[in-house]
Amino acid sequence: MSDASKEWPLWEVFVRGKGGLSHRHVGSVHAADAKMAVEHARDTYTRRMEGVSLWVVPSAQITASDPGDAAALFEPAEDKIYRHPTFYSIPDHIKHI
Amino acid sequence: MADAPPPLAACALRLGDDALILGQRLSEWCGHAPAIEIDLSLANVALDQIGQAAHFLGLAGEIEGKGRDADKLAFHRDVMDFANCLLVEQPNGDFAQTVARQFLFSHYQELLYAALAESKDARFAAIAAKALKEVKYHATLASDWVVRLGDGAEESRARMIAGLDWMWRFADELFAADEIDAALGLDKAALRSAWDARIDAVLADATLERPAAHRPVLGGRTGRHSEHLGHLLSEMQFLQRAYPGAAW
Repeated sequence: MSDASKEWPLWEVFVRGKGGLSHRHVGSVHAADAKMAVEHARDTYTRRMEGVSLWVVPSAQITASDPGDAAALFEPAEDKIYRHPTFYSIPDHIKHI
Repeated sequence: MADAPPPLAACALRLGDDALILGQRLSEWCGHAPAIEIDLSLANVALDQIGQAAHFLGLAGEIEGKGRDADKLAFHRDVMDFANCLLVEQPNGDFAQTVARQFLFSHYQELLYAALAESKDARFAAIAAKALKEVKYHATLASDWVVRLGDGAEESRARMIAGLDWMWRFADELFAADEIDAALGLDKAALRSAWDARIDAVLADATLERPAAHRPVLGGRTGRHSEHLGHLLSEMQFLQRAYPGAAW
């Protein structure tokens, strides 16, 4: 663990809980390549029947928004409540919204 | 040695002991594996094996009909009463040696369970059919590691070769059949060519040669074990020996 450059790269893990649901981010694993990442993700995150499908993505491939831009990016939405889907009722039999 | 059990009970014992001893061996890695992901992966395989052992030993006790359950069979028998093959009791060594053992055994176990799932005895067939999915994954996992280590760096390759060399002499015992296997209609020798083909394909992928032929070592099925098993049992059975019947 001393030499960081010798560690396997990090992969972000996404699990689909069941058919119809989206893949959801659950955590990360270290692995040498994509195949090993899927095996490690399977062994780490689906031991208790959590999923029916897995995605792994190299963490380095994720581009994040700059926390410094948070005000410009997200705060303008705060006073625009008319954009929220709260003004109509959802029929009872529609799930997963 | 206790009275010889009925042949079908002996069959279930062999299957259960293989899984139990391998599961115990693998669990020794818990907290010691080269990476936390591998730690979890080995622990998963260990738990799958121990789950299978519970089923097969439970069945062995049931057929035997002397009131021994899976726990009794696991924790209150001595070395010479264990019927596991010698391969599964071999020490973990380094990670490559553990991978070598898993590789040789999981492919055998997968072929065996596939045959067993078609058995005329519904009890054996049910356990094997359920466990087959688990074992398929173990075989894939172990094969992947053989290729990674064998076709990897100079050191990983040297260790993979040494690991296979250690385990190879115990492979013949897996397919040595006797009248006890015949009781279940199992033709273990018939699995050999399929096993050879699988092993050779992975070794070719890993750019490895088959280890040189060793004189095969036999005896596990009849209770003649290596010195390693006694040490394993003393750890595994300690609690039930010290506090018989302890439960939680």
